[in-house]
Parts: sequence; C-alpha cells; structure tokens
Amino acid sequence: MTGASVTRDGAAAPPPARPTRRLRRFEGSAVGGVLIREMINFSSYWRSTTFSSTIEPTIYLLAFGFGLGSLVSSVGNGISYEEFVGTGMVAMAVLFSSAMPSMFGTFVKYQFQHTYDAILAAPVDTEELVSAEALWMAMRASVYGCAPLVVAIAFGLDPSWGMLAVPAINFTAGFGWSCFGIAIAAFLKSIDNFSYVTSAVITPLFLVAGTFWPIDQLPEWGQVLAQVNPLYHCVELVRHAAFGWEGWSDVWNFAYLVVFGLIMWRLAIFGMQRKLVN
Amino acid sequence: MSTAPPAIRLRGIVKRYGEITAVDGLDLDVPAGTCVGLLGPNGAGKSTTMRMLTAQALADEGTIEVLGYELPRESKQARAECGMVPQLDNLDTTLTVEQNLIVFSHLYRVPRRDRRAAVDRALEIAKLTDRRDAVVDELSGGMRRRLLIARGLVHQPRLVMLDEPTVGLDPQIRQELWALIDRLRSEGISILMSTHYIEEAERLADTVTIMSHGKVVAVGKPTDLVAEHAGSEVLEVYGPPARLLEIEAEAKAAGRRTRRTGTSVTILGDMSSNGSGLDGVRRSGNLEDVFVLLTGEEIA
Repeated sequence: MTGASVTRDGAAAPPPARPTRRLRRFEGSAVGGVLIREMINFSSYWRSTTFSSTIEPTIYLLAFGFGLGSLVSSVGNGISYEEFVGTGMVAMAVLFSSAMPSMFGTFVKYQFQHTYDAILAAPVDTEELVSAEALWMAMRASVYGCAPLVVAIAFGLDPSWGMLAVPAINFTAGFGWSCFGIAIAAFLKSIDNFSYVTSAVITPLFLVAGTFWPIDQLPEWGQVLAQVNPLYHCVELVRHAAFGWEGWSDVWNFAYLVVFGLIMWRLAIFGMQRKLVN
Repeated sequence: MSTAPPAIRLRGIVKRYGEITAVDGLDLDVPAGTCVGLLGPNGAGKSTTMRMLTAQALADEGTIEVLGYELPRESKQARAECGMVPQLDNLDTTLTVEQNLIVFSHLYRVPRRDRRAAVDRALEIAKLTDRRDAVVDELSGGMRRRLLIARGLVHQPRLVMLDEPTVGLDPQIRQELWALIDRLRSEGISILMSTHYIEEAERLADTVTIMSHGKVVAVGKPTDLVAEHAGSEVLEVYGPPARLLEIEAEAKAAGRRTRRTGTSVTILGDMSSNGSGLDGVRRSGNLEDVFVLLTGEEIA
C-alpha cells in the first residue's frame, strides 16, 4: 500500500493565472447567472405550469363569473360581474404564480436539492441569489397574471389601452409576493408548516382584496384590512387599468406595492442569509 | 521554496454550533500546487472546515486565507478562483450534462467568448463528451460524480476543494475518479481533498492532515507518518478473541503499541528487530494504522 503513494513527478507548470476582474458586492452577472439557471430549468417544465396557470382562471371565471354572475347583474359603474371578477382575478393569479411557487420552490431547493449550496460555493452571494430568484418569479407572475385578463377578453371584456400597464403592475406585485414566499421558506423550519401560512395568511387576504366582491360592502374592519393588504392594491390597479385610472389613488396603490416589495426583499435576504450561511 | 502564496492557510480556526465545537483550533496549510488530504473519521470536522473555505460557514475564531484572499471579507473573489466539489450531489437533475455546465460557466463568470470551449474542456476532463445531451437523472452514480467535479472545474480554477469525492461509490468508479484527480494534480492545480478513505489519501495526497474531534492530530507525508507512528513493518497476529486480548497485553508489556484489525491484532513499531516471539503475518505499515492509532479505536 505504501508503495502506491506516488510522489510528484517533476514540477508541472501551474495553470496560467488568469487576470481576474475584481468582483463587486452586488453583481448583475451573478443575478444573470441564477436567472439563466431558472430559465433553462423552466424549459423542462413550462408546459405543466402554463397549463395550470391558464386553466385555473378559466374555471374560476366560469364558476364565479357565470355562476354568481347570473345572480348579480352589475357591480356599479356599468361593470358586469364577469368583468369585475375577470379583472380582480389577475391579482390572485399573480399571487398564485409568485408566493406559492417561491415558498415551496425555495424550500425544496434549499432543503432537498441543496441547489443553493452549489450556487453559493460559486461567486454568488445570498443577496444576489435571492434577488435573482425573486426577479424570475416576478417575471413569471407578470406573464401568468395576464391569463385571467385574456380569458375575460375572450368572454367579452373590452380591451383598453390601460391594460398594457397590467404586466408592470403584476411584476411589481409579483416581486413582493415572491420575496414574501422566500422569507416564509427561510423562517419556517418544516414544509408542513406552510399550510399555516396558506390557510391563516393567504386565504384570508382574498376575503379583503375585492376580488370577488367590492370591499365597500365589507364591515369597517374589513375595509381597514383591505388597505394594508397588498393584494387589494393590486386588484385596484388592475381594475383601474382596465376601466379607467383614478389619479393619485393609483399612485398610492402602486407606491404601496413598491414599498411592500422592498420590505419583503430585504426580509427575504435577511432570512436566507441566516439559513444559508451559518 | 515557492514564492507563491499558499493556496489555503488556516490558523486557529474554531467553529461552534451551540454547545458543540465542530472545529477546535485548526491549523491547515495547502501549499500552492500540492494535493493535501484532510483525513479523519466521520464527525471530525472535515465538512465544516470545507464549508468555511467557501464562507458558507463562518468561523468563530481564527484566520482563513484562500489564494491569498482573506475570508470571509474577500470570499467572493476567492470563490471565483477556486472550485468546490461538494459531498452531496446537488446537480440539477432535470437538466442535461451540458446545461449543468453552462449554468455554472455563467455563475463563475466565464467570458462569453470562452464559454463554449470551457464547457467542452470540462466535458473532456470528466470523459462525458459523448453524454453531453443526457439528462442527469439518466446518468450512473460514477458519471454524476464526474459531472460534479467537472462543474467545479469549468472556470479553470487554481484551487479545487473536494469534499469526500468518492464516498459511496464502487471500487471501479473510485479508481476512475482517482485518475481524474491525479490528472488535476499533475496539471499543477492545488487540491484540498477531505476523505475518510485512507487509501485515497495515501494514493493522491502529497501531505495529509489527520483530524479528530475538530483538532489536528498529525501532519506530514503519508510515508513519513507511517514510519513515525506505525513503523515500516508491522506484525498482524490472528487468533480467537480471548487470545487476541492476551496478545494485546503481552505487546503492551513489551512496550509496543497495538491496534485491533478486526479479526487480528496488529503490533506496531518496527518489527525488524522483533523479540516478541509472536507468530503472525508481517506486512508493511500503512496509513490506516496511523489513522486508527491517532483517531482512536472507537468512534463515538
């Protein structure tokens, strides 16, 4: 056995030291690298995701719009119930294509696939990793969030120029929800605990978001809750994009989504850093 | 003596997880262009040490330098110039071999014009060129492990860190990986390899550092360590359990060190001037003798 321990045969020339660029604290190329990983991965599962993202709103629209819609003729301002639900469901589609996959996806990549260990061993820091993951989810949410609107148009909603702003609204809201999902994955210890979040946080948010009924019909506490609910601000923005902007009120709605996104972004980074580097 | 800065230099590293001290005052050197084996039983603190070298674990005390960069402050720069091969397979299993390498060529900032060649080169080193379009899920265990190594080499690092590179693999595949690591060594790449396979360290490492309970218990060339602690020739005595106990006692009385070798007792120390009068099989001392002697017969 001892004879097998080979000594170095001469001094082989070391590989040429490449001129390495000095890396910055936050690098676009690191974010880009993580995004490319997500995009390549997406190419292997986009069909199923796209299927469920378009089928779900269609079913909801048929059930609520045409089921309930037969009982409710209009919700005021000459908007039919189908149009009301069709636009309201954009925010829900954004939530479901950002918060949910980022909660579960982050946990799986961290806990089961150890993907983040591999990425952080490369010159990528937690801040870049989390930002890239949230950007990617926000881009997806931006596109998938339009599905209910497209379905509603197919069922008779009149297209309007304002609707062109919907992808940007979706992106902003989606970024915040993705960061929310990442933070949840970072702070919860087990994937089983996620059901507390979906049933105790996400589901109640619907009730006070104005998706299926206007919030001015809610008791006062419901209206107050709606004001702090990012989902409500997203619903408002999308409706106004479709039926007419409402000036400063929409500036406030959008500002709220931006601030929500920024707070969740920092929270997600803080949580993941604690989890990944110890 | 080389003027190049050491590839890795650790001084007085302490790492605690709550009550547990995983690494307890570790000093470790990897001179540029050498292969160092970090040897120790499970739980000795090897993996924690490896994680600290990429700043995925932060030391409580001590200093870490990787390729002349001070960690954790300059860890990003250090990570850009070294490659890490983890113990746990964390490949993207739904992607192809080539896609896995492309992703990491981006993460490692390989310039666009060099990317194609970098991926081809990594495929060639790992002998996976003809499997470039295979999805990782379809690969054998050995191929996956080679891809894991290739992924850490895609940016031509000056230093490669391998955490238990052959754990859980068949002997044939282990040989294959040894050949691969030996090739890197001959190209002058600095290597730190943690392992609990003695033969692996003995074959590949220029020097080994033996760890136990978070501390270094020996450092040196494998042959020197064997000569110092085990002796060039040892005596292995077989017998029923009761007899083995007697032999141990006799050897101790004669001032010799022993270790259990499963069904036998090995009497260490140079046997050329043997006066014990015991019958047994003479064999060369090896690193396993040193390992067991220094890290203890029983592992908690």
